[in-house]
Amino acid sequence: MEALLEPVAQFFGPTWPLVWTLVKIVAILAPLMTCVAYMTYAERKVIGAMQVRKGPNVVGPLGLLQPIADALKLLFKEVIVPSGASKGLYIIGPILALAPSLAAWAVVPFDDGLVLADINAGLLFILAILSLEIYGVIIAGWASNSKYAFVGAMRATAQMVSYEVSMGFALICVLLVSASLNLTDIVTSQGTGRFHDMGLSFLSWNWLPLLPMFVVYLVSGIAETNRAPFDVVEGEAEVVAGHMVEYSGMAFALFFLAEYANMILVSILTSILFLGGWLSPVGFLPDGFHWLAAKTAAILFVFLWVRATFPRFRYDQVMRLGWKVFIPVTLVWVVVVAVWMMSPLSIWK
Amino acid sequence: MEFKTFVFYLFAAILVFAALRVITARNPVHAALHLVLAFFTAGGIWLLLQAEFLAIVLVMTYVGAVMVLFLFVVMMLDINLDRLREGFWGYLPVGALIGILLVVEMAIVLGGRYFGLDAMPTPAAAAEGYSNTRELGMVLYTEYVYPFELASLVLLVAMVAAVTLTLRKRKGVKYIDPADQVAVKRDGRVELVSMPAEKE
Repeated sequence: MEALLEPVAQFFGPTWPLVWTLVKIVAILAPLMTCVAYMTYAERKVIGAMQVRKGPNVVGPLGLLQPIADALKLLFKEVIVPSGASKGLYIIGPILALAPSLAAWAVVPFDDGLVLADINAGLLFILAILSLEIYGVIIAGWASNSKYAFVGAMRATAQMVSYEVSMGFALICVLLVSASLNLTDIVTSQGTGRFHDMGLSFLSWNWLPLLPMFVVYLVSGIAETNRAPFDVVEGEAEVVAGHMVEYSGMAFALFFLAEYANMILVSILTSILFLGGWLSPVGFLPDGFHWLAAKTAAILFVFLWVRATFPRFRYDQVMRLGWKVFIPVTLVWVVVVAVWMMSPLSIWK
Repeated sequence: MEFKTFVFYLFAAILVFAALRVITARNPVHAALHLVLAFFTAGGIWLLLQAEFLAIVLVMTYVGAVMVLFLFVVMMLDINLDRLREGFWGYLPVGALIGILLVVEMAIVLGGRYFGLDAMPTPAAAAEGYSNTRELGMVLYTEYVYPFELASLVLLVAMVAAVTLTLRKRKGVKYIDPADQVAVKRDGRVELVSMPAEKE
């Protein structure tokens, strides 16, 4: 590989590291965007099946070209800027919504050593970048100069700030037991322990000892991405579509892409933090990227399943769940895990 | 010019511009958003100093939480800028005095012989496997554990005080407790009565 790249590196000279990083970024984002497009297709098919409908089945074989048709349709639509909107911010809003959900992929490891930026503080970086996501929604809601959009943005702010706290505490438990902020180390630390030696690795992953945190993280993840049943932000029956109400064409599509990219990000993070990443669930099968992909796909399916099953929470109930249920549970569990680690019963030594 | 130097000057320029816009922007929301940009860029500059933990925590708390709530409030206020500017000339002497004091203080500190390249040599390059976060945690929980806990206590007192100041129980409001509503079971609401069919 190195020898093959040598002439190319010489051609670019001192700009080669920049070019090579850009190539790697494209190598991550291009498949991601394809996944996002087909996630919309999967969502419609899965929900269709759960509601005994067919879902998209006209464009192409089995409706497989539907996402492309949708993208083309949105591309050719006009982007309307409402009069009285704060124009600069109105354009920046959707871009700010999408950018963090793509930037976070820089530290996501796909396999042992297969990561764009293998930094020490990977988990902190993810937390920081995810906390930026909210700005796209707020700015869009304010800049649209519309009451519905504004109310949607206010809801989004309160909801995302609340659930970030419990998500953060869940992550604290994970980094307590793995003693590292590096995502690769977090995965490898899950591949040790008594059950791993017995060939039953899936029992030594973080989800079992940290089961309440796993549940809290997954549910908070659904709330963070504003997916049903926590989608009071768009709540079409109450605030039409929240912050997106004034957007059309590609500007709207960016919000859409951001939502699905976030879903995939939360799923892959859940697989990395709690489900052992690329580690194989049983001893006799080799580790590899396919395991990470399978786990992520399974969690994404849960996202769709939940959406098709539960009705939307009312807003005050969403807030209650975040502040009065999740935060006490996580606070207690952080202490429990810390004491557990210090006690002779610790399983992480 | 080294690439790092270039990045530093780029970030510094953005930081100065954003900071200036915070105080010159006419629209308070634009000012708050420029403050967000300033925090973010400052985080970037700290990263150049290899203080990744502090940089990321700055972004997480100030950008991710504090400024969000700030924007939340600023967006809902109806701020009349002309009324805010009414007393400008009256306050100018006081403001200018404080400004000059700040400049003098900074000049004393930065120009003094205890601060500077010769007084503080460049720290040695970090060893392999050095983790800023781990080092900081080690120091905070061993050497500085009492000041650290004291600081957290001060914050807790402030938090409790803020809550008690704004807490008020109003009587006669039709407030519904979501916890009660969620806990409702079918048996609490529906009673099935078995009745024999009646003939006329």
